[in-house]
Amino acid sequence: MTDSPQPTVQLRNVSYRLPSGHEILRDLNLDAQCGEVLVLLGRSGSGKTTALKLVNRLREHSSGDISVDGRSTRDWNVIQLRRHIGYSIQEVGLFPHFTIERNIGLVPELENWPEDKIRARVDELVKLVGLSSDIGLRYPHQLSGGQRQRVGVARALAADPPILLMDEPFGALDPLTRADLQREFLSLQQKLKKTVLFVTHDLHEALLLGTRIALLDSGRLVSCSSPQEFLSSQEPLVKQYVEAFGAGDVLNRGRA
Amino acid sequence: MNFWTFISQNKVEIATLTGEHLWIVGISTLLAVAVGVPLGILITRKPALRKPVIAIANIIQTVPSLALFGFLLPAPWFGERAGRLAILALTLYALLPMIRNTYAGITGVDRAIVEAARGMGLTDWQLLYKVQLPLAASVILAGIRIAVVISIGLATIAAAIGAGGLGELIFRGLAMVNNAVILAGAIPAALMALLADVFIGWLEKRFAPTREA
Repeated sequence: MTDSPQPTVQLRNVSYRLPSGHEILRDLNLDAQCGEVLVLLGRSGSGKTTALKLVNRLREHSSGDISVDGRSTRDWNVIQLRRHIGYSIQEVGLFPHFTIERNIGLVPELENWPEDKIRARVDELVKLVGLSSDIGLRYPHQLSGGQRQRVGVARALAADPPILLMDEPFGALDPLTRADLQREFLSLQQKLKKTVLFVTHDLHEALLLGTRIALLDSGRLVSCSSPQEFLSSQEPLVKQYVEAFGAGDVLNRGRA
Repeated sequence: MNFWTFISQNKVEIATLTGEHLWIVGISTLLAVAVGVPLGILITRKPALRKPVIAIANIIQTVPSLALFGFLLPAPWFGERAGRLAILALTLYALLPMIRNTYAGITGVDRAIVEAARGMGLTDWQLLYKVQLPLAASVILAGIRIAVVISIGLATIAAAIGAGGLGELIFRGLAMVNNAVILAGAIPAALMALLADVFIGWLEKRFAPTREA
């Protein structure tokens, strides 16, 4: 990632209200630096998913400013913005009528890459996310949940976007598969150094994957700190979260 | 005169009328698809139009068929020929299932799939033709199936305004109080409806989204 500008995401005093006036996010300030994994942690309804969707403009923020690579998201062409940002979600959302190959290769296809370059890229990604290369011609419903999620990550990486938005990507997996994918995510991230915004409600996952953890509650930012600081924080809501997970020893277990 | 002798003595006429019948139903179905599918797509994009569009299609559906033929008689160009008039009327009737199923098919596509597609940076047009329409295809085909089966039945009434088709035999049979003649019109029409139902039903299955590779 030597080319300027640095891939970063900034939220400045961002609020999001529904047309009904109900406020989902209030005065949110966040920074995701180049190459870091910023985890948005919070319980259901805390607004973490909404915050993610504001970044790639699946929702439009009501006030404040969001910038990606130093440019306000409103100044981006929305399609360009989204192709610049990989997006992976818990439900995966693979296209059931496309083979795995086409699912992964869709964005490059839309970007008019030559066919052999797409094929090479798909092969590379299939290997990168730990799938066997014969999977390309199968359809999503023929895959296990873990395989589908890997395909989802591969698809998000297809056009090599510098920024990734991940919304509980491992949330629906069984614990063993989840642990596998978390481990692989870490080693992948060491290689790729993407700027990642990662949403989860799982403190263990947050401590394991995050370089920093932003705790959201009822649409407000409670704290944003490194995993170590998070565990020792005196902030009542943070303590409450940590206690709920009984997470005193997680840090040592998680980060070898 | 029994049924089989009537059939064998009037093979050519029955074949011609069947052809007319197919023509009226076929053309009106094509027109209904050409108008109804875009309208169905439109109301998924402009939610404010959904109620008025569905309401109008609903109202058309409630007009008794004979009355609709009558209402359309003054229509320019269409009114000049009974065949055109019948096609217009059947097109209007077929609109509701087309619009409704297109709308239901598209809005029925898994929300996560649509969200993922948007998040990946598909334009609205790409989302429509690469994702939503293929995944809605079987529901849209179900709409076509309903429309065709209804049209085949309704087209028999078009004979009342002189548009031809198998209804000719049914009306003639009624006038002659001759069941064999009525059946010579009714049975081919019923068979046609049955075949269309089976064939489009087969297509529907082929286009169902989770087919085996």
